[in-house]
Amino acid sequence: MADTTRRAMLAGMAALPAAACTELAQTGPAGDLFDAAEDWHRAAHRALANRQALAPEYAPDERSPDIRGNGSLTVDTPEYREQLANGFADWRLDVGGLVANPLILSLADLKALPQRTQITRHDCVEGWSAIAEWNGPQLSRLLDEAGVREEANFILFRCADTLYGRAYYESVDMVDAYHPQTIIAHQLNGEPIPEKNGAPLRMRIERQLGYKHAKYLTGIEAVASFEDINGGKGGFWEDVGDYQWYAGI
Amino acid sequence: MKRHALSTRIWHWINAVAFIVLFGSGLTISNAHRYLYWGDYGFDPADAWLRVMRFPSWMTIPQRYDLAEARDWHNLSAWIFALALLFMWIASLINRHFWRDVATSPGDWSPRRWLEVIKSHISGDHEQPSKFNPLQRIMYGLVLGILLPLMVFTGLAMSPGFEPIAPWLVDILGGRQSARSLHFLAAWALAGFAVLHILLALMPSQWKELGAMITGGKKESRHG
Repeated sequence: MADTTRRAMLAGMAALPAAACTELAQTGPAGDLFDAAEDWHRAAHRALANRQALAPEYAPDERSPDIRGNGSLTVDTPEYREQLANGFADWRLDVGGLVANPLILSLADLKALPQRTQITRHDCVEGWSAIAEWNGPQLSRLLDEAGVREEANFILFRCADTLYGRAYYESVDMVDAYHPQTIIAHQLNGEPIPEKNGAPLRMRIERQLGYKHAKYLTGIEAVASFEDINGGKGGFWEDVGDYQWYAGI
Repeated sequence: MKRHALSTRIWHWINAVAFIVLFGSGLTISNAHRYLYWGDYGFDPADAWLRVMRFPSWMTIPQRYDLAEARDWHNLSAWIFALALLFMWIASLINRHFWRDVATSPGDWSPRRWLEVIKSHISGDHEQPSKFNPLQRIMYGLVLGILLPLMVFTGLAMSPGFEPIAPWLVDILGGRQSARSLHFLAAWALAGFAVLHILLALMPSQWKELGAMITGGKKESRHG
């Protein structure tokens, strides 16, 4: 075979799969397969690990020097500036939706609850990791107090920040909502959470990637389905970028 | 008897397609954060042991920067790749392909034998041996036994949802960012192998071999 022919053939072989994939992904069946694969990952993780199995926790000296801010680095409103200046004394967290007893909690209320401190690793979907100590009450505690109704299947997190003009939000299923390491953090490494990391409150969903860890948290809502909420996919990046709802991989 | 068992051939081509999709989508994922670290954490380029090039769009799947879609391709193909690898290993142990053809004997680890093999390939006068030569045994053993499984294990070790199942896996790999670095290195080692493998298979003297990976070929192909 002539050398040029072989080279052309190799180049063609290299470019073909990429082009074919682009073509395929834009058609329906590939999208269904992607979602199925993600379901298998979730099912496998859930089948092989205990529902309450913990993400690894680290020693204080294993923490990273900082935790990078990513996505929203602030909430760009005068109200937020004002709250930040006065230490979030007026920040309120609503716990509502399909609950028997809706709650409105201040930071002081949250700090008065039993606290969990955990040094965990934060893994971003982009590939980087940081290790930090997070402190706050367990979500399960708030959900028990609010009395989540039978028909609720997901817990939705509402946030103060917006990206590309859309409100950030996220959601998890009841397994992750009631997981012992799922906390509403108000401290990072022993200090109030810095602005870039979601002050004053952010979720920790330790068995999933960073985009599930909603920052600038304003509301917790029990819902039966998220189909009619915002873009209908259960989270900001899920709606905007078509990221998978299950971020355990 | 066929030169290549049906199970080997099916696995070979499924693996080839899965690898191409995994590699292309992996390059997109690499473009998302082009720094590699050792240890458990890493996010600051100043701590990186390697600053990775931005892979051009003609190399990546999809052919534009779309991390979500690249992850979809990657996480779907990973199932096919890992399950096919498991199937291949079970088949190779049961039909003794591994012991008969891939496992090395002490005589295979002779640099002089390796040089002979290389020389005969360069001069083009090598025959079609019915058995793998020592370099093939070592290369295939490295790929099948180390690099391909390492891709699966380092991949699993990066999944925060998998970690509670086997936290020791992340530990023995040296932490999540080490697993990520090893995943990258093993992927490129496999890509290097694949290029060499394809170039050798496309040599005119090897066309029969290429055909045998499709049809199965005949064991006595050297007399053919």
